[in-house]
Amino acid sequence: MGTNTQRFRTVEPFIWELSAQGRVGASVPEADVPEYPLPGEVPLRTDLPLPEVSELEVVRHFTRLSRLNYSVDTHMYPLGSCTMKYNPKVNDTAASLPGFSEAHPLLPEDLCQGSLELLYQLQTALERLSGFAAVSLQPAAGAHGELTGVLMIRAYHLDRGDTKRTRILIPDSAHGTNPASVSMAGFTAEQIPSDKRGNVDLTILRERCDETVAGLMITNPNTLGLFEENIEEVTAIVHQAGGLVYGDGANFNALLGYLKPADVGIDVMHFNLHKTFSTPHGGGGPGAGPVGVTARLEPYLPGPIVRAAGREAEQLEGWEAGLITQKRQGPQRNARDSRYTLFYPEKSIGRVKAFYGNFGVLVRAFAYILQMGSNGLRAVAEHAVLNANYLKHLIGKRYRIPYDRPCMHEFVVTGDVAPGIHTMDVAKRLLDYGFHPPTVYFPLIVKEALMIESTETESRQTLEAFAEALLQIAEEAASSPDLLHEAPHYTPVGRLDEVRAARDPILNRRQTEKLEGTR
Amino acid sequence: MIPYIPHTDEDRKVMLSALGLKGVEDLFQDIPERHRKPLIDLPPSCSEAEVLRELKRMASRNTSAEEVAFFLGAGAYRHFIPAALEAIVSRGEFLTSYTPYQPEASQGTLQAMFEYQSLLADLLGMDTVNASHYDGAAALAEGVLLAYRAKGGERKTVVLSSALHPEYIETIKTYVHPFGLRIRGLDEGAWKPDELGRMIDETVCCVVVPFPTFFGSLVVYRTLCMATHEKGALFVVSVDPISLALFEPPGSYGADIVTGEGQSLGSHLSFGGPGLGIFATRGDLLRKMPGRLAGVTCDRKDRNGFVLTLNTREQHIRREKATSNICSNQGHVALRAAVYLSLLGKTGLRKVAELTYRKACYTAEQLGALPGYKVTTPYPFFREFVLQCPIPAEEVMCRLVERKIVPGLPLSRYYPDRKHDLLVCVTELNTKEEIDRLVYALKGIK
Repeated sequence: MGTNTQRFRTVEPFIWELSAQGRVGASVPEADVPEYPLPGEVPLRTDLPLPEVSELEVVRHFTRLSRLNYSVDTHMYPLGSCTMKYNPKVNDTAASLPGFSEAHPLLPEDLCQGSLELLYQLQTALERLSGFAAVSLQPAAGAHGELTGVLMIRAYHLDRGDTKRTRILIPDSAHGTNPASVSMAGFTAEQIPSDKRGNVDLTILRERCDETVAGLMITNPNTLGLFEENIEEVTAIVHQAGGLVYGDGANFNALLGYLKPADVGIDVMHFNLHKTFSTPHGGGGPGAGPVGVTARLEPYLPGPIVRAAGREAEQLEGWEAGLITQKRQGPQRNARDSRYTLFYPEKSIGRVKAFYGNFGVLVRAFAYILQMGSNGLRAVAEHAVLNANYLKHLIGKRYRIPYDRPCMHEFVVTGDVAPGIHTMDVAKRLLDYGFHPPTVYFPLIVKEALMIESTETESRQTLEAFAEALLQIAEEAASSPDLLHEAPHYTPVGRLDEVRAARDPILNRRQTEKLEGTR
Repeated sequence: MIPYIPHTDEDRKVMLSALGLKGVEDLFQDIPERHRKPLIDLPPSCSEAEVLRELKRMASRNTSAEEVAFFLGAGAYRHFIPAALEAIVSRGEFLTSYTPYQPEASQGTLQAMFEYQSLLADLLGMDTVNASHYDGAAALAEGVLLAYRAKGGERKTVVLSSALHPEYIETIKTYVHPFGLRIRGLDEGAWKPDELGRMIDETVCCVVVPFPTFFGSLVVYRTLCMATHEKGALFVVSVDPISLALFEPPGSYGADIVTGEGQSLGSHLSFGGPGLGIFATRGDLLRKMPGRLAGVTCDRKDRNGFVLTLNTREQHIRREKATSNICSNQGHVALRAAVYLSLLGKTGLRKVAELTYRKACYTAEQLGALPGYKVTTPYPFFREFVLQCPIPAEEVMCRLVERKIVPGLPLSRYYPDRKHDLLVCVTELNTKEEIDRLVYALKGIK
């Protein structure tokens, strides 16, 4: 079948519509061992309904699909709380070194010292940036890290025989995944409102804290892009009630080199390596959500974590043994002398996935940390915050800013710039100007929210062009509102009907047959 | 100095003066002063060349599966990855885009997701496949939680085959612990259908089995699946997707939830991650299933397009009542699987599976004939089998590594009392010459 017989009006035909019997897209070696009959006792497959497409057609199909996307490599992508910064290409080169990409996770330790060394050094780097005593690299994503952290809080209380703690408090400016993570860990989630300045309401927090509170999950900077001004008081209130504080580290980009979260009373926090540490988001993942903890939670970390032979010696060995020592002392003394080994914490909550985490993502993040160094990482926070404040300044004349104080790496404005105009209209019109829209309708505490995170990798010129587009759209909103209501105009498809998609879901090839009836 | 921060001195000056600030540090005044700008004990920035030199040094400390005869699998498998796959998936438009929350700007990602969902649904014989989960272990654990919820939270026992991957079992235990679920089957060492069948009663929400087993066995589950349903429980299968090119898929005998590790579909070993959590359900379980889904819809001009759909199951809408907390998934690995299945196609995938099966048979036949050795995984098996060695398997490993052979996984890693057992894995990438070299090397060990 070719495009001329295409049954659906998709921009690009489905891969199976390109199929022709007998075509192949990959070569497989001929057998060099004798034939063995397939077993009689296991029912065999009679039909394998996969497409038959030539290599060129597969390449063209997916290349054409890729061109329907906006991406960081092609467009500014200012999604709030997603930190869509540039993903350095050297990270990908590092992850594809055969020593890493063809390393098997169950190799004996002697045969994978390179992987273990990298994991160890990444653990160490994250510890030093955050002030935590230990880090597990196992969680595969931010929400996975949240679940891991909350399970550790649970294990900590139960281990002390403290079984009454069933509630976890979550400010209404926290990340969206937090309540679901709390439920998955067997707790009930309870919302704490923000005050007028966008901070946690301390009076209400005090009222809610008692011996049934297991902990608080706080996002700092929060989803308004504001640093929690009373952070030390917040953590102290929770600690006094016997609870622990979970830090959602999705916004850690703003704090690199400016604050170690452990210093202000955070007990456990996840890092989003796919945000702060520049690993590509891949259209949805994979990410990596390592979890850092203070000493009292260390025994509960999911295992294994990596240790260097002789924990004291390692303080010198780890980083020092690598690049920096070679710079200072020449290559004679190097990490080849260190030995790394897998370690299972004694009271571990157990595994949260197989093996050690999304290793390929961890390699990329480590390459980034190595290249940026302590000075570069601090510069990241400075320029991310500078960019956000500059952009806020540029568009603040025309877009309402509900919490108007200096922001951190992101900020929230509202999209109701003219009567009858909603945030979604502004967002869709931005697509026509060649910008990916910001995060929309989040946080929930701001009606018509547009949450903008520009990141440090965008230039002043790009920020100004983006602001210019937003200001132009605000003009259009007043003068020709339909231009916004009907946007986007220049994308491969127009505004899509999400209600219809959910009413009668078509989720795969077999179900597309339903489509014909709807024409 | 740092290529990822484009600001010139002039830029900083203009921006700060627009904000009426003296320095950028003025923007960090909300951070408590005594903790602000601490010492960060990391090396200073360095060049890209230095980064690569350092990482190449580390990578060279690993034994790459490419430089030895490699027979280690146990949940992470080496199959050939076509060059065209790498070329496609490394395109920045796929790699550097976010979750497709703005569908008009993400049709490429969304259609690829939809094609992944379709190709996998056909391969597994299931109604609905989601856009991916973290890995085979986490997908299976959430599959168990789905079964528990689907049964209204009343049935609090899970029957687990003891022949599941040990790390999957550990992951399930972590996930079910907060809900107080009891696990049955492990202490008894149950894995055969009749053994597992005897454990099902009205307290059981699901029966969980692997195909093939961790030890390579191909088990026929049709009867067990029926028995599970008769007792009102759900049947959950953790599969290896490549084996399903040859054998009946779980959907065709009525499995309710199918999960699996999709790394073998076009992804590298990469020290165990990123993997691909495959997650599939049938019928109404769709409404309770975790994870993202791409669906078809129309725009105003009646053109078809794709959106993320059934979001009301998900954490950002349903909050604490969501079916899962999953947000970021393994989207790019799912793309790899979709491209892999498209390239290999109907004949290619079957050939890969056949070759893998044949070579495993050949290897087992040769090794089983060696004096002092015995293949203990009962026939039939796919890709892997247990070889009982005359000396501890870890010693076998040490001696063969010297000869540039990684012969398998000493099972003592997971089962301390199985010191002599080696789990041998063979794929289409193992040549006859390599296999014969393995046989010859083992022959010399008595």
